[in-house]
Amino acid sequence: MFEVISNSVVVLFLSVGVFFLWVGIVGIIRFPDIYSRLHAATKCDILGAGLVLIGLIIYEGFSFDALKLLAIAALLLSSSLVIGHAIARAARRTDLVFWHENREEKIMLEKEKLFREIFKV
Amino acid sequence: MTPFFIGMSVVLLIGVFVALYRAFKGPDVLDRVLAVSLIGTNTLVILMLIGYIYKHTFLDVALAYALLSFISIVVIARYVESKGKL
Repeated sequence: MFEVISNSVVVLFLSVGVFFLWVGIVGIIRFPDIYSRLHAATKCDILGAGLVLIGLIIYEGFSFDALKLLAIAALLLSSSLVIGHAIARAARRTDLVFWHENREEKIMLEKEKLFREIFKV
Repeated sequence: MTPFFIGMSVVLLIGVFVALYRAFKGPDVLDRVLAVSLIGTNTLVILMLIGYIYKHTFLDVALAYALLSFISIVVIARYVESKGKL
């Protein structure tokens, strides 16, 4: 009886974890600029992988491998945060421009204005 | 339980190929670095799921892989930061 309960809990944790990993992937595809993509990637990464790890730990029970899983979970937690910070700082330092609403139209308008000024059209 | 693990790893594998699209299309180097980091984490989870089906020694491989991917991405980010465009 206990086996059935623990297996169902493991299935629940794993499916929710994989769902959140997919949320991160869709987020990295859909968002317009790198700063919003960072939100999606690092946050959902940690949550999804963390849930999967907890599910595996429950499936594993008390053993040495469960400790290894805990070590991987802790490492993943800290590494994703540092990766997010490093990429965001690099993007900010190489002054990647922020995306705002109708950016392309504004750029076109500026080019037109510049063209008019230069050629006095 | 084994078919469930295989199913989950297949789903994640599809996710890795979808993330590859961002790595391919990403306008800037840092988008590609971000996509690689996401792919690394997904591969890590796939590795552990597969490890639970066959041999449990894959956990050490996953641990080493997590460390390596973390270090390499931070190094690339710092390099891009100091040298400007790659």
